[in-house]
Amino acid sequence: MTKNSSREPLFHITKRGATVWWKPLFIRAIAIVAGLFIGLCFAAAYTKVNPFKLLGYMFSGAFGTQKRIWNLLQDTALLLMVSIAIVPAFKMKFWNIGADGQTLVGCLASAVAIYYLYDKLPTWALLLVMLLFSLTAGMIWGVIPAIFKAKWNTNETLFTLMMNYVAIQLVSFVLLKWFPSGQNDFAKFFSRYGNMPKLGNPYVLILIFAVVLTVTMHFYLSKTKHGFEVSLVGESVNTSKYVGVNVKKVIIRTMILSGAICGFVGFALVAAKDHAITTTMVGGRGFTAIIVAWLAKFNPAYMALASLMVAFLSRGTSQILSQTGITNSALPNIVTALVFFFIIGCEFFITYSIKFRKKNKDATPANEPPAPETSEPAKEPSSPSSEEETPSLAEAPAEERTPAEEALPTEITEGGEEK
Amino acid sequence: MKKIISIILVLAVLATLTAVFAGCSNGVAKDEIKVGFIFLHDSESSYDKNFIDAAKEAANELGLRDDQIIMKTGIPEGEECTAAAEDLVDQGCNIIFADSFGHEAYLLPVARNNPDVQFCHATGTMAHTEGLDNFHNAFASIYEGRFLAGIAAGLKLYEMNKSATTKNYKMGYVGAFTFAEVISGYTSFYLGAKYALNQKEANLGDQLTMEVTFTGSWYDLDGEKAAAERLIANGCALISGHADSDGVPNACEENNIPNVFYNGTHNKSVYLCASRINWTPYFKYIITQVIKGKEIATDYTGTLATGSVEVLALGNIAAEGTQKMIDDTKKLLIKEKLNVFDTDTFTVGGKKLDAYKADVDSDAAYTADTEVVAGGIFQESKFRSAPYFDVRIDGITLLDEAY
Repeated sequence: MTKNSSREPLFHITKRGATVWWKPLFIRAIAIVAGLFIGLCFAAAYTKVNPFKLLGYMFSGAFGTQKRIWNLLQDTALLLMVSIAIVPAFKMKFWNIGADGQTLVGCLASAVAIYYLYDKLPTWALLLVMLLFSLTAGMIWGVIPAIFKAKWNTNETLFTLMMNYVAIQLVSFVLLKWFPSGQNDFAKFFSRYGNMPKLGNPYVLILIFAVVLTVTMHFYLSKTKHGFEVSLVGESVNTSKYVGVNVKKVIIRTMILSGAICGFVGFALVAAKDHAITTTMVGGRGFTAIIVAWLAKFNPAYMALASLMVAFLSRGTSQILSQTGITNSALPNIVTALVFFFIIGCEFFITYSIKFRKKNKDATPANEPPAPETSEPAKEPSSPSSEEETPSLAEAPAEERTPAEEALPTEITEGGEEK
Repeated sequence: MKKIISIILVLAVLATLTAVFAGCSNGVAKDEIKVGFIFLHDSESSYDKNFIDAAKEAANELGLRDDQIIMKTGIPEGEECTAAAEDLVDQGCNIIFADSFGHEAYLLPVARNNPDVQFCHATGTMAHTEGLDNFHNAFASIYEGRFLAGIAAGLKLYEMNKSATTKNYKMGYVGAFTFAEVISGYTSFYLGAKYALNQKEANLGDQLTMEVTFTGSWYDLDGEKAAAERLIANGCALISGHADSDGVPNACEENNIPNVFYNGTHNKSVYLCASRINWTPYFKYIITQVIKGKEIATDYTGTLATGSVEVLALGNIAAEGTQKMIDDTKKLLIKEKLNVFDTDTFTVGGKKLDAYKADVDSDAAYTADTEVVAGGIFQESKFRSAPYFDVRIDGITLLDEAY
């Protein structure tokens, strides 16, 4: 960096160092508000309704009546459960985008149990069989790509994606066997069987499932040896091998868990919500769950918030349609997509910061020390924002550790940040 | 003292409730009525668009304000339908309508819990057995529309064969699934074509044959096109179908084969004729009944007479005199001087159909439970609105029954 004479560019991009915990959250909140605002302006241009009124519709659609709140919570809980299911796989950097299919085969397994055993077993036994079937089915669907990955290093993204379509075809096939007319009569004849108790209100049970699952997963990932191994494999396969972790075993074991939880969601959909089987009943939650998990950086508490936000967007934008009499569902999709777009875009600003050229030329001499500049050119003490976020004490140990190994220390600093 | 006050309060609440219920039985003021609609997809789907357009049309014709019509689109056939219906009840709807077959099981519990709201469901089969006063099914005698479209097909075949040296009276039909609605549809289409040929020359209709194949899906552009191409390769001179994509017209256009369409027209050169169900009359009917405080029929079958069944504009390739014969036959059908499923016009296994039990009441085993032949006529859509004609008649060959 000896270009003394050349002018400094208008702005340059620098990586942020360790930063205060609330800053990433603050940036995300701004992104959500900005995305929603732009989305609503778009909707306003289309519907000719004032955007603040549209925002009012959204809140009314999500929270307007007691039932709407319950529906919102149920949507949140179901999405959260699928997100929880994919978290261990994603932490392991196993890109499981087959949660939709794993959940759907879980639904199918419960439906199969009902179809063949409804008149042979009492409800409690039937429910137990359904649960076992669903867990097993989800597990099988999850473990097949894992075995291929562990043995032959196949691409799990493609594999899990394709397994979704196999699951859909499997459900179509079974439905056609049961109802050759093409009219799905399952709900008509079998919705009475294999129902979980309602606990006063049909929504409560799924909420309880979601809370228990979330807490358990948090404990599993942060407090158990299994959880640690999952993060280790995700950070560095070689490090894991070096410290004696059986990587293949961890991959397979984690995908069994991931698939089984998806299977459980399938069971919950059939036994506690729809009491039916259709090819579309998972409703793309397996894909939306990926966004939820990423947004929340795999932190279960934030995942609950992210799920709530997605559910709110979905319920809210549907209400805009219903209240403005628009019958084309492209509009809610566009609004939701704009919010997601801003959230994903804001990740850039969380990892990097943009430094504008200083008008005052006296500020430049701060760039003197050449050594740290390659890794961290951001540390201009003159910039007020970076001054706050780069307490040199926090920075130094992180740099010291990196040459040793990548996996462990980053995990620890990440945990520290999130606290 | 507290007790007395609470008793008075309870009595007051009861009195108000009674007044409200009494008000209901006397109908609802037109500017207070609210109608909620539940649609499976949005207006991008041709199936749902047909309902959405009809709902707007009915509201418009009856002079309802925009806020008296609440539409919920993209409601899956699951618990979401129950939630949507409950939400519409909370919004004060007097009538709630759902458009998809699979909505029925999720609409029924809401109907049970809200006896003062009317629930109407298109294409369903359970209203006549559930015994709820406020749950209703609806369909249309679309077989009459297909019979009339069949006349256009028969006359076209006649025209094509008049100048040909080798006669070919074979038609093709692409269906979605082998079940009553589709069977009733292709059979009436065949009988319409047969009727037209017989009008031209006595017993000419006996030469008419039809091949039917099924795709196993309600919307499969490539599958329907491939099926139509198979039928054309088998020598079918004219193709019709019953599924929702443009696959069949596309195949017909490429092979220059006349096409009879369904639920809308298309502007391809091979377009001959089409029939469709218009739901506007039904929507107007249910809204008017509730305004008047009258009951809605448990099973409503829209007909040619009510305007629910329509034959759409003929294509340029239609044979001469087609419109006239369709108009004349329509009058005969409305007056019931002619019946689509007159058992004198077709045979089953070489014999006349004297008696037939159909699966009218829904049960898991699909038991044939009701005698539906009476007075020399198969009484389609009489015991319930949704079709139940599933007889395989002579002259029609099913190439496959996988679906």
